[in-house]
Amino acid sequence: MHLLDMTAAELAEALAAKTVSAVELTRACLERIAAVEPKVHAFITVCAEEAFKQAADIDRRRLRGEPLPPLAGIPVAVKDNICTAGIRTSCASRMLQDFVPPYDATVVMRLKQAGAVVVGKTNMDEFAMGSTTEYSFFGPTRNPWRHEYVPGGSSGGSAAALAARAVPLALGSDTGGSVRLPAAFCGVMGLKPTYGRVSRYGLVAFASSLEQIGPMARSVRDLALLYDAIGGWDDYDQTTLPAEFIPTLPGLNKEIKGLRVGVPAEYFGPGLESAVREKVRSRLKVLQDLGLIVEEISLPTTEYAVAAYYVIAMAEASSNLARYDGVRYGHRAAGRDILAMFTRTRQEGFGPEVKRRIMIGTYVLSAGYYDEYYRKAQEVRTLIRRELEAAFTRCDLLLTPTAPVLPWMMGEKQRDPLTMYLADCCTVPANLAGLPGLSLPCGFVDGLPVGMQLLGPALSEPLLLRVAYHYEQAAASCHATPPEGGGAGGI
Amino acid sequence: MLTQEEVRQVARLARLELTSEEEQLFTGQIATIVTYMGKLQELSTGDVFPTSHVLPLQNVFREDLVQTSLTQEAALANAPDREGPFFKVPPVLEDPA
Amino acid sequence: MEYEAVIGLEVHAELCTASKVFCGCATTFGAPPNNQVCPVCLGLPGALPALNRRALEYAIAAGLALNCQIASTCQFDRKQYYYPDLPKAYQITQYHQPLCTGGCLEIMTKQGLKRVGITRIHLEEEAGKTVHAGSTGITGAQYALIDYNRCGIPLIEIVSGPDLRFPEEAKLFLEKLRSILCYLGVSDGKMEEGSLRCDANVSVRPVGEQAMGKRAEIKNLNSFRAVQAALAYEIRRQMELAASGTPLAMEEARAWDEQSGMTVYMRPKEQPHEYRYYPDPDLMPVVISSAWVEEIGRTIPELPDAKYDRYTRQWGLASHDAWLIAAEQKLAAYFEAVVESFSGNPKTVSHWVLGEFSRLLNLEKTAIDAVKIRPRDFAVLLERLAAGTVSGNTAKTVLETMFYTGQDPDTIIREQGLAQISDVQQLQELVAAVLAAHPGPVADYRAGKAKAFDYLVGQVMKATRGRANPEVVRQILIAELVPAEKPAKQ
Repeated sequence: MHLLDMTAAELAEALAAKTVSAVELTRACLERIAAVEPKVHAFITVCAEEAFKQAADIDRRRLRGEPLPPLAGIPVAVKDNICTAGIRTSCASRMLQDFVPPYDATVVMRLKQAGAVVVGKTNMDEFAMGSTTEYSFFGPTRNPWRHEYVPGGSSGGSAAALAARAVPLALGSDTGGSVRLPAAFCGVMGLKPTYGRVSRYGLVAFASSLEQIGPMARSVRDLALLYDAIGGWDDYDQTTLPAEFIPTLPGLNKEIKGLRVGVPAEYFGPGLESAVREKVRSRLKVLQDLGLIVEEISLPTTEYAVAAYYVIAMAEASSNLARYDGVRYGHRAAGRDILAMFTRTRQEGFGPEVKRRIMIGTYVLSAGYYDEYYRKAQEVRTLIRRELEAAFTRCDLLLTPTAPVLPWMMGEKQRDPLTMYLADCCTVPANLAGLPGLSLPCGFVDGLPVGMQLLGPALSEPLLLRVAYHYEQAAASCHATPPEGGGAGGI
Repeated sequence: MLTQEEVRQVARLARLELTSEEEQLFTGQIATIVTYMGKLQELSTGDVFPTSHVLPLQNVFREDLVQTSLTQEAALANAPDREGPFFKVPPVLEDPA
Repeated sequence: MEYEAVIGLEVHAELCTASKVFCGCATTFGAPPNNQVCPVCLGLPGALPALNRRALEYAIAAGLALNCQIASTCQFDRKQYYYPDLPKAYQITQYHQPLCTGGCLEIMTKQGLKRVGITRIHLEEEAGKTVHAGSTGITGAQYALIDYNRCGIPLIEIVSGPDLRFPEEAKLFLEKLRSILCYLGVSDGKMEEGSLRCDANVSVRPVGEQAMGKRAEIKNLNSFRAVQAALAYEIRRQMELAASGTPLAMEEARAWDEQSGMTVYMRPKEQPHEYRYYPDPDLMPVVISSAWVEEIGRTIPELPDAKYDRYTRQWGLASHDAWLIAAEQKLAAYFEAVVESFSGNPKTVSHWVLGEFSRLLNLEKTAIDAVKIRPRDFAVLLERLAAGTVSGNTAKTVLETMFYTGQDPDTIIREQGLAQISDVQQLQELVAAVLAAHPGPVADYRAGKAKAFDYLVGQVMKATRGRANPEVVRQILIAELVPAEKPAKQ
């Protein structure tokens, strides 16, 4: 088996058994990236030099026989909105195309402590605003399964890099589905943790109250491995939960018989493509065979989630992105006075989707509209939370599609942002309620991956991962490899 | 319905210079999106408390301890323009708002 | 028609925590530019604020000292505006739920004691500093330079009620406020370093009118003098406008121009909604229990009002003297330490502390904590003075030596031979010698020229280098000169 077809867990064993060195693995990984990049374009920055340095350090420690941390020598791709000291962090924006952070995000520090080798920064929608990874200043990422299709977004680079076997592990960020949607579209796995479980320090903010950094991988074991490495309280992020972080990896095997799975009707409503509906519903049988009890339920406020989500996300975005003014870092346009400099810098530095969101966010926070939109959205957010909390008194978890549609053709929804937003309808409720959500592959339609989503109550990651693990063992569809050709012209 | 003048006003508030093409495109798109957001009014929320964050946390503090700052050079490393140890910007004609 | 002014102040005080309010950078004044900054206070992408507990406690202490209600819960909001020294383009502040409300502060005006309302106090972060380069003012500057060191220093904004009527009252309010904040140890109150500054809202209205006129806000007043002068100018200007039938039509922001002694129009005063305040999702709410408030309350020392009362009622100090001492915490502590060691009247102590001692402090620009005179030694000197061991003039000399050397008074008196000569026999001999040496003045005195008497006293003092007890000398002289007086009358 090719090294990069192996999971991180398998690679860790190979490294421990000394059948491969970290430097060799890094080299193989970088070669693979070089081979797939021209077609997929999953990366904005590949950091070979830093990666080899880190790998060589791990090898030295290995040879000395030091006990190695869990991710020692494992290549990881990091979404380009997560700060890496000394390595450009662009957010796929012209605004930050030359920005080199002087600090590491907490998760990057934890990855390094865990011995992981950061090999590159992955492509994304500019400032994580988008569901296709087309809105990148550096050009779009393509779906490794079929190149004329979008990989989903905004963490499309991370998902595509995983699907293309360029890396075994990747980090994404999920504000309204940005880990789960591309995971579904690329046939890989992604976890959006409970809000507050993973530090946001160093994650370039888009919508602070909604987003979490999440692990992405091709196996549940890897997902758990990466999640365990990055999770837990951080004194640099006062919105992290102080509850003890219990590693999820050791519990994957535990029994799941008798757990109750709710299937909310609203997630399978008229907006859902029938092929997706059939695919996801067909998986219920697998879960039932595993001993889970399936229960049809209803969550009527779900239909308001997208509207509430976009009001809140755009309001926070307009505020979080106000700092890009050309003074301290990032792009600066010429201007004879400060006001001209500000407005031109922001005109030139931001792409159209970002501007659109800043505009709407500014509008909904402004004088006459705050109550009508922002406050109202927060109230609806409360209703959505309550409804989900109530559902979890009856069910242990929920099963839904990750996206209501199959991956679409590149360029298809660019002129009509609202239809793109509606593709987030299955993922945004978890962000509004701060609950964990996990996307798993559940088969293919026309050579395009379909994903299903497990949702659980706050801090139920161990449970979600455990169910996903049992499902993975039972369902062959989880580990398909894209045709060397990506449908049309090879990966 | 959102007018082009309102769009201009919002752009001013957000310190965004828009081309007239963008202004036109955005007026239509934003109107569509904002109209969709108006859907929230259908739902009666009564005196429901607004959620501004989902965490059950309060009183999270750090202690008053001095930590190492960035070096001056690191602080200025990304500056688009500088003069000595200062960030340099075009003249500021107005006072802070 | 007669007009009156309505003044309210918005005072900004930097809190003297060791680290900034949302990050661990130091708050030291005068560090090299951009040397006390980090990802958080520079507003780098991805950085998050982490609230400093002490900043919050200092703000609560200020609220308690100003008789405020302390909120049981509060949160932080983002106030959004663009300015190059505001790195995130929003300031973290408290808009919807201020920390403290409904307090008051009493000032002693010419008309008597006046209670000034404290509408609210909230905690927020400082901005950086913009230097407009290439010109003296904002207008005509070629470019601007930014230093973010100050950015993120905790700041409290204290908003007074519209209760002040005269520039003098505004100054008294600010002085009193400064004194209290310094007592609490929450602010250093240094207006010259900008750690305490204020904006003044002022309007005028016909006397007897209840409604308020349109306000002007004078921004960034950074000395007591500026507050008083700017308000005096602005009130006169507005009263003239009102009298000529053209009162302010729009609320406006104005700047105080020190050189011309005028306030200058800046721009229309913005409406609050343009800031698009909304709750900061990066910071958790704060719930303040009454137990916590009490705990903070216990750290509050005796404040100037209480000291003033004690000084005037218990110790009989004059009102003016009592306030001068009570206003400065360190001076008050020093004064009280001297009083404690002194067996005599505290008024003697206040007389010396505010007189000769303060003269030396001002002359040498010495801070109280750097004073070499131990309070006990100060008291010993006053004991010697009371016992007549030294004269008043000598005591001044001794105090001066103590001030520069830190020596104790007895040593100085002994080593320099400064003890007063009160011994009658010794003085009689000296007087006899002086009388013998100055027959002219003796004759003059006897001829009725009273001034000659003083001359003779002076000669005795001179002969003893000021050490003779003047009262004893006077009595001996009278006694010596009287016998010869009688024949002159015959």
